[in-house]
Amino acid sequence: MPHDGHDHDHEGSELSPMALRVRALESLLVEKGYVDPAALDALIDTYQTKIGPRNGARVVARAWSDPAFAKWLEDDATAAIASLGYTGRQGEHMVALFNTPQVHNVVVCTLCSCYPWPVLGLPPVWYKSMPYRSRVVVDPRGVLAEFGLSISGDVEVRVWDSTAEVRYLVIPMRPEGTDGWSEEQLAEVVSRDSMIGTGLAEKAA
Amino acid sequence: MNGPHDMGGFTGFGPVAPERNEPLFHEPWEARAMALSVAMGATGTWNIDMSRHARERREATDYWQASYYDKWIYGLDRLLVECGLVTAEELATGKSAGPAKPLKRKLTADILQAVLAKGAPADRPATGRPRFRVGDTVRARNITPSGHTRLPRYARGHAGVIVIDHGTHVLPDSNAHGKGENPERLYTVRFTAAELWGTNNTDTVNIDLWESYLEPRA
Repeated sequence: MPHDGHDHDHEGSELSPMALRVRALESLLVEKGYVDPAALDALIDTYQTKIGPRNGARVVARAWSDPAFAKWLEDDATAAIASLGYTGRQGEHMVALFNTPQVHNVVVCTLCSCYPWPVLGLPPVWYKSMPYRSRVVVDPRGVLAEFGLSISGDVEVRVWDSTAEVRYLVIPMRPEGTDGWSEEQLAEVVSRDSMIGTGLAEKAA
Repeated sequence: MNGPHDMGGFTGFGPVAPERNEPLFHEPWEARAMALSVAMGATGTWNIDMSRHARERREATDYWQASYYDKWIYGLDRLLVECGLVTAEELATGKSAGPAKPLKRKLTADILQAVLAKGAPADRPATGRPRFRVGDTVRARNITPSGHTRLPRYARGHAGVIVIDHGTHVLPDSNAHGKGENPERLYTVRFTAAELWGTNNTDTVNIDLWESYLEPRA
């Protein structure tokens, strides 16, 4: 079956060099018996429809709603997050970073692109880009400003460089005016960027 | 190695450009590249540290210009050839010209969810008493290894405080070269921006560093 959306009558010449190269590689690996095309399709579907930042938003909403869960998240984030069903690849060792009025956390991987897949899915391009990886450790406030975020000078910006297999999830501060909200309502205000630290959780204007 | 991937502190790449409503993949081939890389990784032919090291051995100017999934395909091609699963000629033609090499395992659709949910934990039983404790002041060694390391250049030679003890984890410097896991204690070390960059504020950078990267502050 076609694997890259070219199930209509495209000539090979219309594909980019990378598209041709990856198509040839897949065809070779299937011919060798090293990969199962159905597993590839299922992998893509999993990250397109099942594993993404809505998972992390549910973790944050639970932490805001349930102090015992928040404490568990602080003490053993891997187990607390697993209790919601989010485990495994690129989230084997989780640490939750709680933003406070004194500390704003932001996460990077300067050496590659480490990112907590089970709770945030696959990383956005900017997270894996040279500008972000190189600069957020040396000029975090300048980088945050490029996301429209200004952190007060009396707040510590705490950058976390994920150089090992530990994965970090930022727990943003709960927005004002959300008292009594359900976990489902709360999860709606938790953006992906707020869980990386390049955004805040905010009520829609 | 002081490779092109070790970029913390560099300022020449311009502003970060977040894309609103970014799609998960920008081209269909990116999705296939992701899936191929994950599926081949799951065969156990190489480990995650070898995989990172394959990508970072790329020519610097190519590394800096390549898109993300281009980097993945580069690394995958390199590992496939280095591990003897395909030849360079087969890569060039996209056609098999010889027998397949037996795999430890194959990622099939029926086991996919279980494999993803299990992941590949990097923690191992402790091998001895930890040399450092939370609160200790340490210095990142000033070293220039020729192989793979996860000690970023920008931290080398600088002093920081241990803030988290993560237990014992596989050592990438050894594992990336097929020299065994040699697990070591892993810590998060907090460096002030003043110490790393000479800046005048209260910001910090927190880095996960293995015990052999660290020495007591002299």
